[in-house]
Order: sequence, then C-alpha cells, then structure tokens
Amino acid sequence: MDSTILLILLQDGAVNGAIYALLALSLVLVFAVTRVIYVAQGEFVAYGALTYAALDGGQLPGSVWLLCGLGVAAFIAGLWQGRGQTDAGLLLRLGLETVLLPGAVALLAIWLAPLKPGMLVEVALTLAIVTPMSPLLYRIAFQPLADAPVLVLLIAAVALHLALTGLGLVFFGPEGFRAPAFSEAILTVGPLTIPGQALWIGGLTLALMVALFGFFGRTLTGKALRATAVNRLGARLVGIPTERAGLIAFALAGFIGALSGVLIVPLTTVYYDSGFMIGLRGFTAAIIGGLGSYPGAVLAAVLVGVAESFSSFWASAFKEVIVFTAIIPVLLWRSLRHGSTEEEE
Amino acid sequence: MSVLAIDNLSVAYGGITALDGVSLAVGAGQIVTVIGPNGAGKSTLLNAAMGILPAGGTIRFGDTNLAGMKVAARVQAGMSLVPEKRELFATMSVEDNLRLGFYRHRGAGRRAMLAALEEVFALFPRLRERRRQDAGTLSGGERQMLAMGRALMARPRLLMLDEPSLGLAPLIVRDIFHTITALRKTGVAILLIEQNARAALQVADHAYVLETGRVTFAGDSAALAADPRIVEMYLGKNPG
Ligand SMILES: Nc1ncnc2c1ncn2[C@@H]1O[C@H](COP(=O)(O)OP(=O)(O)OP(=O)(O)O)[C@@H](O)[C@H]1O
Ligand SMILES: [Mg+2]
Repeated sequence: MDSTILLILLQDGAVNGAIYALLALSLVLVFAVTRVIYVAQGEFVAYGALTYAALDGGQLPGSVWLLCGLGVAAFIAGLWQGRGQTDAGLLLRLGLETVLLPGAVALLAIWLAPLKPGMLVEVALTLAIVTPMSPLLYRIAFQPLADAPVLVLLIAAVALHLALTGLGLVFFGPEGFRAPAFSEAILTVGPLTIPGQALWIGGLTLALMVALFGFFGRTLTGKALRATAVNRLGARLVGIPTERAGLIAFALAGFIGALSGVLIVPLTTVYYDSGFMIGLRGFTAAIIGGLGSYPGAVLAAVLVGVAESFSSFWASAFKEVIVFTAIIPVLLWRSLRHGSTEEEE
Repeated sequence: MSVLAIDNLSVAYGGITALDGVSLAVGAGQIVTVIGPNGAGKSTLLNAAMGILPAGGTIRFGDTNLAGMKVAARVQAGMSLVPEKRELFATMSVEDNLRLGFYRHRGAGRRAMLAALEEVFALFPRLRERRRQDAGTLSGGERQMLAMGRALMARPRLLMLDEPSLGLAPLIVRDIFHTITALRKTGVAILLIEQNARAALQVADHAYVLETGRVTFAGDSAALAADPRIVEMYLGKNPG
C-alpha cells in the first residue's frame, strides 16, 4: 500500500466521517435535551436522499404524502393531549405547525416538482419536506412520554424506526436511487484528486458546525436548549417550555438527517432502508464519544469514517463487523476508567 | 387581595399522603414563612404550588386559578421558585444562568435584561466577580446567591424560597436574611421555608407551622415566636 492509496482512503474516510459527525452531533443533542436515543434518525437520511432523487428526476416524492399524514396524526394527537385546554393561542399554533405548514409545503412541492427547478431549489424543497417530519414525530410519539424512563423512550424510538422503514417502502418503493453530484468540478492537490461532492460535504459540514456553535453559544434559544439539556427542572423553573425545546432538538435532527441524505445520494445508491446503517455509524460515533460530548462525537465520527474506508480496502466483507466492533474496546475502556456508567443523571 | 391563596391542598406520593388539606395565603408585599420538622411536607408544598407536582385542592395566584397550568406558564404569570436543590445550570456560566432567569421577559430587549442583571449584581456583588465562572464550580453560599439571583431576574410577583440558609455558614445565613429583608422593599411577596425558625420568624409577617402534612399553627410571626410550644419545639432555649 503506497502513500497515494493511504491518502485516498483517508480522504474517503474523512468525507464519510463528516456525515457521521453531523448525525452523531444531532443524536447527542436530541439525547441531551429529550433523553431519546433517536434510532430513527437514519430514516431521515434515506428520506432526504430519496426525496431529493425524486425531485431531481422531476417527480413528486412520496414523502409529501407522508408529511401530510404525519401532520394530521400530530394534530389529532395534540388535540387529544391538550383536551380540557381552552387556550386558543396554543390551538392556533398546533394547527399552524401540524396542518398548515405541511399543507403549504405539499402544495409547493406539487407545483414545483414537475418544473425541475434546479439543484438549489430542489435541495431546499427536500429539506422543507423532510425536516418537519421529525418534530411531528416528536409530538406524536415522544411528547406524551416526556417523563418516561430512558428505556421506554428507547423502545419507542426503535418502534418508530421500524415503522418509518416500512413507510419508506410504501412511499418510495423498493428501488434504489442515485442523484448527480452537486458539482462535477475536481480539485487536484498534489497526488489527491478531490471530487466536487467531497468539497460540498466538507464545506457544508464545517459551516453547519460553526452555525450550531453560534446557535448554542450566542442565541437565547440555543442557550435555553442547552439549559434544558443540563437541568430540565431548572429550565422549567425559569419558564422554558421544555416540550418546545424537544421540538426544536428534533427539528434540528431532522434537518441534519435530511441534509446528510441529500449530500450522500450522489455518492452511493440509497434504498428505502439504507438509512439505518448510516445512522448506526453516527450512533456508534456518538456512543464512542460518550453520548454527552459534542467534540468527542465529532472526533469519533471521523475515526469511524476512516476505519470504515480502511476496512473496506483490506477486508471489505468484514467492513461492518470491523466498524461496529470498534465500539467494544471503547466501551470497555470507558467502564474501566469510570468504574460505573451511571455517573451522569 | 392575596398574591397566593392555597386552599385545601393535598398531595400524595404513590398512595402516601404528604400534604393533607393545607390552606395558606400570602398577601401582596408580605413575607410569609412555613416552618416545621424534616419530612413535614414543606418542600412538597412549594413544589405543588409551582406545578411540579400534581395536587388536589385549589391554588390561586392573584385572580388566576392555576389548575392545569404548566410550570412555564406559572413563571410567565409571575411566580418564581428557588427549590431546595437549587437546580442551577452547572455547566453554564453564572451570567448565562442569570440571563436565562430573564427568560420570562425575553421579548423585553437587551437593555431591560442588562438592567435586571445590574440589579442582581447590586444585590449579590459576589456574582459579578464570578460571572464568567461555571455555576457548578461555585461554593455553597455563592450557589444560593445565584439561585436567588436567577429567580429574581424574572422579576416575580411571588418569590418562593425553599430553605435558603441550608448548609451555609452563620455569617452567610445572616447575609441571606439581610437580602430577604431588603427584597421586601421591592414589593415582591415572599413565601419562605426555613429550618432556621428564629431568623425566619424575625423577618416574616405571618407564619405557619407544618407538621406531618397538616398546618398545626398559624398566625402573626410575633405571636408565634411567643407561643410556648413553638418556643420549645422550634426555637430552643438558648437564643442563637
Ligand atoms: N418523590 C417522593 N417520593 C416519595 N415520597 C416523597 C417524595 N418526596 C418527598 N416524599 C416524602 O414526603 C414527605 C414530605 O417531604 P418534603 O420533602 O416535602 O419534606 P420537607 O418538609 O421539605 O422536609 P425537609 O425539611 O427535610 O426538607 C416526606 O415524608 C418524604 O419522605
Ligand atoms: Mg424540604
């Protein structure tokens, strides 16, 4: 193995690692704010990829109907949870977020899809279709369970993952799709040839991380989210509506998932059930990072990406095995170092 | 009219009664204290009033019935609780903790927030020195100041304090009680829970004694401080 191959493998790993890092970040965020281990996040990657591929082909993606269905379900769930409540403002907000917004996005998609409006509009439309599904699912599945133990939330998340995979088959069909790269440009740096898509992925990942950093460090909403993660009761006591914090965390996770899907669909063929394996790598990184540390998760994600590209070069049949067993020594080391895994509340 | 009127409040933890038909009122600008032995249900009372615990009976804040109102809505209405465990944002800075205390007035703009911050810093100069430090690294006394400061940032109409002197050295306890007396001038009503009955009865207008979930004495704090049974049980023989 010469240095050129080494560099190519590293580059591949870094590109994949960037995507895993985004996924890991949003897993850590959702867990911190809501204590939900968001297993179903991978489905958003697949939904994002397939929605974008359909729009790119000038077709109306099936996810539009799923969005509307989830909206109606969330509306009914919201009415049920708020029964006895007579606050007109809350009701209005519920209707706006669960019925009006998805309806408007659907109409927009129906109008724009056949026009093939170009990459940027298609990406934006994809994000607009897929992102809101995540907070809708939070309203349906997790808000009623807000005080349940982590295990119950995990079971709900696994059930949601299974349901979303099935729905993916219904709305997208069993075929795989691929979309053209954002840019065909190729950058040559010494022995490396970096395709445009890799630059897009790296650039957008960095930009998103900087944006997240600013959001959590500077804005009141970001700080309120952090406060909810650090101390839920404390957050409630200063008047932060913690369900809203949960909604925002889920929306961010949905957005990141959908964007990751859009970014990878030019690199690999995506099927309705491809999301899980991709999400699982983000999950592995989040666990290796300790499920509580953002820099830890990012670093671990890049390592997972690199480990994946090297193992697919040396022993591609065992790729998954190698990547996922990497978690065991880390967990072992963690439990030896800490003696207990229940240090954190 | 009372700021807070609790009527026939009952709370049970999984079948075990912790509060049984408690009634209590806090008038505008008043300091009211609730004293009682460990496990009497004092913290339970405040937590139920804040909406953290489900409770039977009625609680009115001003002229609003709080039934079915969430914690955030009660804060929005003007209630603030400094809970027994303080519940600070440990990995965030002192200043961020205080700024989040202003969440109720988030629409009021940066200048209003800075003004509230200055007021809190004037009350607790120590917090200004520590503003960049993480809340989790503060000393016990500083933590208590921060918890009170965070609650005051909301500029509440009713401040509920759960054992503000808990675990603090006598000198700092004195400071905290000075602050409570100073707060009286701002017009905020205070519901104060204390183990330190002597100091509590000194600053309060009105007092209740809570024992195993029931109110056993209620009245003017001066009258209570003179009651032989209260003296024997809560004030001891030697003056502190
Ligand atoms: N989460 C809980 N689950 C079960 N029982 C509880 C719970 N919280 C409090 N209790 C019980 O309710 C009773 C009242 O508790 P509470 O904390 O209100 O007492 P307190 O008057 O504040 O005592 P202290 O002075 O020690 O703080 C106690 O017997 C306590 O054991
Ligand atoms: Mg107590």
